[in-house]
Amino acid sequence: MKRMKVIASLALAATMLFGLVGCGGGADKAASSDSTDSAAATQEVSDEGKVLNIYCWNEEFKNRVTDHYSDYTETGSDLAEDDNGDVAGTVEGKIGDVKVVWHITPSKDNAYQNNLDEALLNQADASDDDKVDLFLVEADYALKYVDTDATMSVEDLGITDEDTKNQYQYTKDVMTDSNGVLKGLSWQGCPAALIYNRDVAKEVLGTEEPDEVQEYVKDWDTYRETAKKMKDAGYYMTATANDSYRVFSNNVTTPWVDADKNIQIDDNIATWVEMSKEMVDAKETTSEAMWEDQWKTGFYPEGKVFNYFGPAWLFNFSMGADDEGSVANSGRWGLCVGPQSFFWGGTWICGATGTDNAGLVGDIMKTMTCDETVLTEIVNDDDDFANNSVVMENFANDESYQSEILGGQNPNKIFCEGVKNIDLSNISSYDQGCNEKFQEAMKNYFDGNASYEEALEQFYDKVEATYPALSH
Amino acid sequence: MSNSKNNAVIKYNRWGYIFLIPFATAYIIFQMIPLITTIYNSFFENYRDGLTIIGPNFIGLENYKTLLESGKLLTYAKNTLIMWVMGFVPQIVFSLLLAAWFSDPALRLKGQRFFKTVIYLPNLIMASAFSMLFFTLFSNVGPINSILVGTGILKESYQFFNHVWSTRALIAFMNFVMWFGNTTILLLAGMLGIDTSLYEAAEVDGANATQIFYRITLPLLKPILLYVMITSLIGGLQMFDVPQILTSGSGDPVGSSMTLIMYLNMHLYSKNYGLGGALSVLLFIITGILSLIIFKAMGYEKGVKK
Repeated sequence: MKRMKVIASLALAATMLFGLVGCGGGADKAASSDSTDSAAATQEVSDEGKVLNIYCWNEEFKNRVTDHYSDYTETGSDLAEDDNGDVAGTVEGKIGDVKVVWHITPSKDNAYQNNLDEALLNQADASDDDKVDLFLVEADYALKYVDTDATMSVEDLGITDEDTKNQYQYTKDVMTDSNGVLKGLSWQGCPAALIYNRDVAKEVLGTEEPDEVQEYVKDWDTYRETAKKMKDAGYYMTATANDSYRVFSNNVTTPWVDADKNIQIDDNIATWVEMSKEMVDAKETTSEAMWEDQWKTGFYPEGKVFNYFGPAWLFNFSMGADDEGSVANSGRWGLCVGPQSFFWGGTWICGATGTDNAGLVGDIMKTMTCDETVLTEIVNDDDDFANNSVVMENFANDESYQSEILGGQNPNKIFCEGVKNIDLSNISSYDQGCNEKFQEAMKNYFDGNASYEEALEQFYDKVEATYPALSH
Repeated sequence: MSNSKNNAVIKYNRWGYIFLIPFATAYIIFQMIPLITTIYNSFFENYRDGLTIIGPNFIGLENYKTLLESGKLLTYAKNTLIMWVMGFVPQIVFSLLLAAWFSDPALRLKGQRFFKTVIYLPNLIMASAFSMLFFTLFSNVGPINSILVGTGILKESYQFFNHVWSTRALIAFMNFVMWFGNTTILLLAGMLGIDTSLYEAAEVDGANATQIFYRITLPLLKPILLYVMITSLIGGLQMFDVPQILTSGSGDPVGSSMTLIMYLNMHLYSKNYGLGGALSVLLFIITGILSLIIFKAMGYEKGVKK
C-alpha cells in the first residue's frame, strides 16, 4: 500500500516539476513578445508598469471587462476546465501597451485565497511585473484583506465619495476597514429574495401573483404555517435547511468573532437552528448540504420544492435555466420579498498595495463600478443587478424589463426594495469558515445524531482548528 | 597476491555504494529532512491569522499539551483504527482465499491472468474519483436509493451518510475494494515461492487441503503476511482521501469518520505548522508502537534467527 503511494507521489512530484518548467517557459515567451508589441503601441499610461496582474477565481469579472471596458482586448488563454466546471489557468490580454494577465484559481478548498495570500505576502519582494495589481474578493472573507495593508484605499486610486454616492451602502460596508477607510468597490449588488415555484403556489396557495404569495411568507411565523401546508400537499418548503441560512446570517446584530477573538453565536443564528430543526423534524425540508444533488432536485417539477432563497444570479445561472423541463426553463419561478431581506454573494474589486499600475487599476475600478452607462449595459447584457441606485430604479420602473425565468416578472422592483434594508456592519474576517463549519456541524443536530450542545462543541472544535487565533 | 584480490573486492564493493546513492539522496531530501524539520517545527507556535504571520515562537511542548488535552486525538485515532480494521479483515480473508485458489495447481483455474488484472484494477482508479463515484451512488437521490425504493425493499430513501455505521462501512468497503487486489498479488507471490515438494510430501502423508493451508502455507507465508500487515497498517493510519471526499471534509456524522490525517489537514488551513507538526510526530509515534506490536505478535524475531 505504501509502495503504491510512494510511486504515486513521485509521479505527482515529477508532473508538478514539469508543470513549473512549462509555466516558466510560457511566461518568458510571452514577456518577449510583449516587449516587441510595446514598441509599436502608443498609449497614455506609459509611465506605469508594463504588466497588470489580476487575481480572480472565475471568468465573471474578466467577461465584464472584455465586454464593457473598451480598451481591453484578449490575446491568449490557457484555461483548463475541471470536472466541476471550474476553470483554472491564466488569460492574457492588453490595455494599450500594458499586458494584462488574469490569474484564475478556483475558490474550491480555499485554493484561490491560498494562492492570493502567497502572492500578497511576497508582494514587497516581487519584481514589478510580478506584483499583484488588482484582485477580487467575496464578502465572507473580504475583511481578511480589507483590514490589512494589503489593500489600497479607493481614494488613493483617485475615486471620490462623489463617484460612489449612488452605490448601495452595504456594498461599501463590506469593504470598509476598522478605521472607516473604503478599500474596494463592486459593480454588482446581490440583494436576494424568495424564489418560489409558481405551479406549486397556484396549487397549494391558490395564487401565483408575487404580491399575494408574499402574504403567505411575510414573516417567519407565517412562513412556518405555509411550510405545513406545503408538507400536507406533498411538497418540501425548501430543498435543504441551509437555504434559509443566509437570510438569518446576513441579518445578525453581532459579528461571528468579537474584538478579543472569541467566537459568539448571534441570536438570529440560534433562531435559524431552532426553526430548521423543527422543519427538518416535520419533514418540511431536509438536512442536506447546498449545491449537492438533493438541493438541486427542486430545479425540476419532480423535485417537489416550493421555494429557494437567492439573488438574481441564482435563478439566472444556477438553476438549470438551459435545461429542457426545468422550472426555470419553462419560466415558472416567481419572486417575492420573503420574510426578511438579505444579500448573497457578490464580487468586490481591490487594488493591491505596491501595485505599479495604480492609475490603470483606479480607472478600471471607476469605469466598471461608477460609470452609469457601463452599469446600464451590464444590466441589459448580463442580467446583473448593478451597484447603482439610480440605474436600478430606472430598471425597476421599466415595464419592458422582464425575466423569462420568472414568467415575465421584473425582479428589480423587489430587489430595489430589499437592497435598502441590507445592513452589513456586523462582519468579521472569519465569516467564511464560521458559516461553513456551522452549517456542517448543525447537520448533525438536524439529523438527530447529536444534541445542540454537542453539535456546537463540534463547531467550536473545527473552527478553532481552522483558525488557531480564535477561542470560545 | 591475496592483497590485490582484496583490493579487487573492495573496488567491486564500491559499486554497491554507488548504486545506493540515488536512494540515499532521495531519502535524505524527501524523508529525513522533512522528518527532522517536522519535529523541530512542533515546538513552535507558528500559524497565519488572515494575512498576519504569527510566530515562530518557541513554546516547548505546548502544542503536544493542547492536542492531548483536547481528547480529540484519541477519538480520531479510534475512528481511523475502526475503519482500518473494518476494511482490513475482509481484505486479508479474501486475499488469502484468492491467492490460495490461484496458487493451487490442483484447481487448474482458467483465465487466471484476466482475474488477476481485474481484481487489481480498482487500485488504479484515483481514490478521490472512486469516492466521488460512491458519494453519487449512495446519495439520497442517487441510483442505489432509487433501486432500493423502486424495488420496494425500502419505503423511503436511506440516508447513508447520516448514519455512523453506514458511513464507516462505505469507507471501509471502498478501502477493501481498492486494496484487496494488491494484497492478493503480494500473497500469491509469497505462496508461489513455497517449495512444491512440501505440498507433495504433505499430500503423500495424507493431509487434506485445510491442513495443508494451515500447517504449511500460512506458517511459511509469515514474512509476507507481516509485510502486508505493516504496510496496510501504515496506509490505514494515513487514511485520508476516501473519507475526506466522501464526507466533504467534515468527517461527519458527528465526526465519526474523521481520521487523524483529516484532522491534520484542518490545521493546515491556517498553515499551523506548530500544531500540525506536533500531530504528525504523535502519529509517527503511534505508527511505530503499533508496528512493533505486530512484529512481536507475529514472532518475527524468532523467524529471523532461524
